[in-house]
Amino acid sequence: MIRPHDLDERQGAAPAAEVALGAVEFDDDEVVFELESLSCYYGAFRAVRDISLKVPKNRITAIIGPSGCGKSTLLRSFNRMNDLVDGARIDGRILYHGVDLYADGVDPVEVRRRIGMVFQKPNPFPKSIYENVAFGPRVAGVRGNLDGLVEESLRRAALWDEVKDKLKSPGTALSGGQQQRLCIARAIAVEPDVILMDEPCSSLDPIATLRIEELMHELKENYTIVIVTHNMQQAARASDYTAFLTMAEDRAGYLVEMSDTDQLFTRPASSLTEDYITGRFG
Amino acid sequence: MASIGSAATTSAEAVRRGISGRRMDVAGRLFEGVLLLSLLISLAVLVTLLADVTGRGMGVFVERGLGFVTAPLSSDPGRAGIGQGVFGSLMLMLIVAVVAFPVGIGAAIYLEEYARDTRATRFFTANIRNLAGVPSIVYGLLGLAVFVIALRSLTGPQVVGRSILSGGLTLAIVVLPIVIITASEALRAVPRGIREAAFGVGATRWQVVRSHVVPYAAPGILTGTILAMARAFGETAPLIMVGGAVSFLSTGDRGVLETLQGKYTTLPTSIYQWVQEPRREFVELTAAGIIALLVTILLVNGLAIILRNRFARRW
Repeated sequence: MIRPHDLDERQGAAPAAEVALGAVEFDDDEVVFELESLSCYYGAFRAVRDISLKVPKNRITAIIGPSGCGKSTLLRSFNRMNDLVDGARIDGRILYHGVDLYADGVDPVEVRRRIGMVFQKPNPFPKSIYENVAFGPRVAGVRGNLDGLVEESLRRAALWDEVKDKLKSPGTALSGGQQQRLCIARAIAVEPDVILMDEPCSSLDPIATLRIEELMHELKENYTIVIVTHNMQQAARASDYTAFLTMAEDRAGYLVEMSDTDQLFTRPASSLTEDYITGRFG
Repeated sequence: MASIGSAATTSAEAVRRGISGRRMDVAGRLFEGVLLLSLLISLAVLVTLLADVTGRGMGVFVERGLGFVTAPLSSDPGRAGIGQGVFGSLMLMLIVAVVAFPVGIGAAIYLEEYARDTRATRFFTANIRNLAGVPSIVYGLLGLAVFVIALRSLTGPQVVGRSILSGGLTLAIVVLPIVIITASEALRAVPRGIREAAFGVGATRWQVVRSHVVPYAAPGILTGTILAMARAFGETAPLIMVGGAVSFLSTGDRGVLETLQGKYTTLPTSIYQWVQEPRREFVELTAAGIIALLVTILLVNGLAIILRNRFARRW
């Protein structure tokens, strides 16, 4: 399908580019998510239009784009978090390891246990650090002593050394960057397959941001990470693949292109992408 | 001189002249005065009431001390007290707590956490807000029709339904909308991020509500319910409809069921009765009863404020 917005001079001359846009191919066993013409709606409003892409295993995939282009909506449809929003629904399919996440009989609770999430604003529970991490395993039915699991999760979130002597103190008393790492520890404590990150560094200072990025780099050995960011440098620094979304006149977000991060930032296929990453738009 | 463009003149003298001196803000001053006057009027009413009541009623406390609080109703003003009224009011509060709190908090949790935001839900919510504003005498009529007349055999066969149970159930209905509204607000104050965090690690709705939303909203819910109690404690009109004012508490040991199905009086209705007495001495008793009522409500409200400040959560 040709999108009128893509038809500037350059692409108009090469309509074949449309096929190349978003066409990163992976082996089937390396694909975690496959979106098939996904559209997301809030009531009558279409927030995301007709997106098809693949998310590879054990890689960091960044979703970038201007504010309001539906990045978060797209991300929140990956673990059915948008089910909690009244009036939210989708069209098309999201295949997770080949299984339709929105098929009848799929339990969103089980989906979220496998596909964890870290949010824009650090949101630790107003409970102890220990309880923050232990909640997920508890609801997953793990009984008995969770000390080991809590320690392991905090270690993997690079927070253990800072909090090991105050596990009983409230998670809300930590600094913003520590709170966000606590939220990451909480997410990995249930041993998910995927971690979705919705602008996880937007409320953090540059040093805390760098720590989270280093952490993501370590985590991708074991997890597939999808991160939404409005910070292009972050996407360029931290991700392996990048998808660029922008919005049409009806405010519906659509995928302009997805490719290898280096390629997207150095040789974008679309002039829209180029305008965005060079700061001429958005 | 003082044109908008004066920022352009930057010599020290010009700047000093520009930023010194007071502006004659007549309208602003006038407005401030009117606001102060409003406050003074409200305070004057309250102070007058308190001074008048204290002046008339303190004598009773000085003379009889706590004897007044424990003494039963009597036609002899020298011996009459609010003992039965206090007991009746406490019993009513108990019934209100047992009936209105679970139902009200349950309804609030359903509305906030489970119900989808549909037109029907919004219609219900708006109506509950209206119900909170309905004059309590209307609930008194409802109580009369339902608890006193229709459910007479349950609420009090011996006293033609005019029992403490009917009174308590009526008051429970009076405060139910208030409980629902305050509990809803407390639940809504729990940030969406907390719910999403819990859902995000694979919690079910029940686990989210039980482990997070309700515990974090509990102080707010508690404060609201205590304030609802204070409201119920002072209610008089609906109780007059369902028999609280005209009944004397029978004396002697009675079982729980007999008590619930028996006659009763409350603190406010005792006051209401004394007001109607022609004898002078009852004026003092009335004032003393009002002091007891005000002190109780003040204490209850104070408790609510303390609890709120103690457990206030900043997100």
